[in-house]
Amino acid sequence: MNDVVLQARGLVKEFGGLRAVDSLDFTLRRGELRCVIGPNGAGKSTLFKLLTGQLKPTAGTIHFKGVDVARLQPHEIARAGIGIKFQVPRVYDGLSVAENLWLSARFRHGVAGAGAIVDRVLAEIGLVERRASFAGHLSHGDRQWVEIGMVLTSDPDLVLLDEPTAGMTHAEARRTADLVREINRRATLIVIEHDMDFVRNIAGYVTVLHRGAVLAEGTMEEIRANDVVRDIYLGKRPRARS
Amino acid sequence: MTAWAPWAVAVVVVTALPAVLSAFQIVQLTVFMIYSLLALSLDLIWGFGGILSFGQAAFFGVGGYCYGIVGINSGSTALALTAGVAGAAGLAALLGYFTFYGRVGSMYFAVITLTVTLILHQVMGTTADPRYAVGQARLGGYNGMTDIPSLALEVPGRAPLTLDPVPLFYVVGGLLLLVLALTRVLVQSSFGRVLAAIREDELRTELLGYDPRWRKLVTFAISGGIAGLAGGLFAGWGNFMNPQVFSMFQSALVVIWVMVGGRGTLYGAVVGTLVVQFLTNYLGTASVTYTTVALGAVLVVIVLLFPRGLLPAVEGAVRRAVGRPAPAPEFAR
Repeated sequence: MNDVVLQARGLVKEFGGLRAVDSLDFTLRRGELRCVIGPNGAGKSTLFKLLTGQLKPTAGTIHFKGVDVARLQPHEIARAGIGIKFQVPRVYDGLSVAENLWLSARFRHGVAGAGAIVDRVLAEIGLVERRASFAGHLSHGDRQWVEIGMVLTSDPDLVLLDEPTAGMTHAEARRTADLVREINRRATLIVIEHDMDFVRNIAGYVTVLHRGAVLAEGTMEEIRANDVVRDIYLGKRPRARS
Repeated sequence: MTAWAPWAVAVVVVTALPAVLSAFQIVQLTVFMIYSLLALSLDLIWGFGGILSFGQAAFFGVGGYCYGIVGINSGSTALALTAGVAGAAGLAALLGYFTFYGRVGSMYFAVITLTVTLILHQVMGTTADPRYAVGQARLGGYNGMTDIPSLALEVPGRAPLTLDPVPLFYVVGGLLLLVLALTRVLVQSSFGRVLAAIREDELRTELLGYDPRWRKLVTFAISGGIAGLAGGLFAGWGNFMNPQVFSMFQSALVVIWVMVGGRGTLYGAVVGTLVVQFLTNYLGTASVTYTTVALGAVLVVIVLLFPRGLLPAVEGAVRRAVGRPAPAPEFAR
C-alpha cells in the first residue's frame, strides 16, 4: 500500500440536483501515467477541480500521500505537491515568460534557487529567446509550452494535465508526448485527453469515466475491446437490454 | 546609477522649492504632497494588488481623527501620528480580514469599502453633542474637531518645537519620498512579484502554492497605514478634521488622482494628484463659472486621450522619441 500516492474513496460532487461526480473510487500508484477519458459531462474536469481544491466534495475522501486533502485550500494542496496544467493555457499574459516560470519555481526552490531552474526549463521548452516577451504575445502553442514549463519548474509529485495537446499541431503533439513521458520519470501523472492517438502514444493505463463514476479501467487495448465503452463513445444503446 | 538620478533630482527640487515659492504656495504644496501620499496608498493596493478600494478616504479620515484624539490628549504629535497610522492600518486589516478570507469578489469589495466610508461619514456627523468626546478631544459632529495640535519636533528634555511652514514642508516632502521609495522596494521584492501574479490571475497563483489571502491582507493594511499617515499629517497641517473627509466626493477624488497619473506606477499617483489639484485651484481662481463642470470635462478628456494615465503616456512618448521600445518587464510592472 506504500506506493499508493492518490486514493479517492466514495467521492461525490453535487451541483444542485446534478451529480457531476458520483461515488467515484480511484487509486493511483506512485510513478503511474494514467489517462482519463470519457464523453463530455463524464466528470473529468470536476474530478480535477476536486483534486486541486477548487471545489470541495459533497462527500468522500481524497488521500494524497496518506493525508486527506479533500477539504484543504487550493494553495495547501499545491504545496502538498499537486500541480495542474489547464485545458486552455492559463499563464500570466501580462508578465514575461521568465517571470511566469520564476513564479512557479520560487515556491519549491526558494528565491535563491529559482533563477537557475528558470534558465534550465526555458531551454527544455525551447523558449530561451522569448524569455523577456509578454506571455500574452506568444502563439497558442507556445503558451501551452509556458504552462508545461510552469509545471516542470514547480516540480510536483503529482501532475494533472487537462488536454495537453488541445490546439496543437501533430508535430507539437508528438513533442508533448515525449515531454509527458519525460515528466513521468519524475512524477506521477494524470492526463485528460480526447486524442486517442496521443493516449496510445504515451501508452498509459486508462480510466474511463461515465456519469461521474469509473466505467472501466485497463490498457488501451483492453479498453478498445470493451463493448460497453464503445457503445458509450459511439452513442449506441446498451446491447444487453432486458 | 541611472536608477538613482530621479531620486537625486526629486530631493534637490524639494529642497530648492521654498527658496522659489511664496509662503502661501509652500503651505498649499504641503497639503498636495499629503494628498499625494493618499493617492500613493491607493495605487499600492489598486495598481499592484489589483483591488479597487473606495475606502482610502476612510483610512485617511480615521488617521486624522486618531491623530486629533491622541494629539489633544497627550500633546505629543509623534505619538499622535503613530496612532493615526496604527488606527488606519488596524481598520484596513479588520476590513481586509473579513473580505479577503471570506473570498468576497472585487466588485463587492469596492462597494463594501465605499459603504464603510459613507457609514463613517454619517456616524461622525452625529457626534456634535459634547458628550461625544474621547478624553479632552471632542469629536464635534459636522462642525469638526478643532484645536488639533500642529506637528512638532519632539526632542526629549525640551519643549516641543512646533514646525513652521517651511520645515513642515520638508518633513512632509521627506516622508513622501521615503514612502515612495519604500513602496517601490516592496513592489519589486519577491512579495511584490507574487502580488502582481495574484493581480494577473488569482486562481493560477493559488494553484502554484501561494496563499493570496494574507498577501492581500498585508498589502491592504500597509495601504491603509499610508492613508492614515496622510490623514494624520493633514490633521496636523490644518489643526482641524471634519466628517467631509469621509464624503463620496473625497472617496472618488482619490481614485481620480490615480487614474489621471497612471495606475500601477507609484510616481503617477503623485503626478496625478499634483496635476488635478493645481488644475482645481487654477479653475477656482480663474473665475470660471462652473468650476466642477470644467474640471470634470478636463478629466474626461485626459482619461480619453491617455487611458493609461499621464505618466505612462509621457514615458511612451519619450521612448518613441528615443527609438527604444518598452521592454517586457522581467518582473512585474
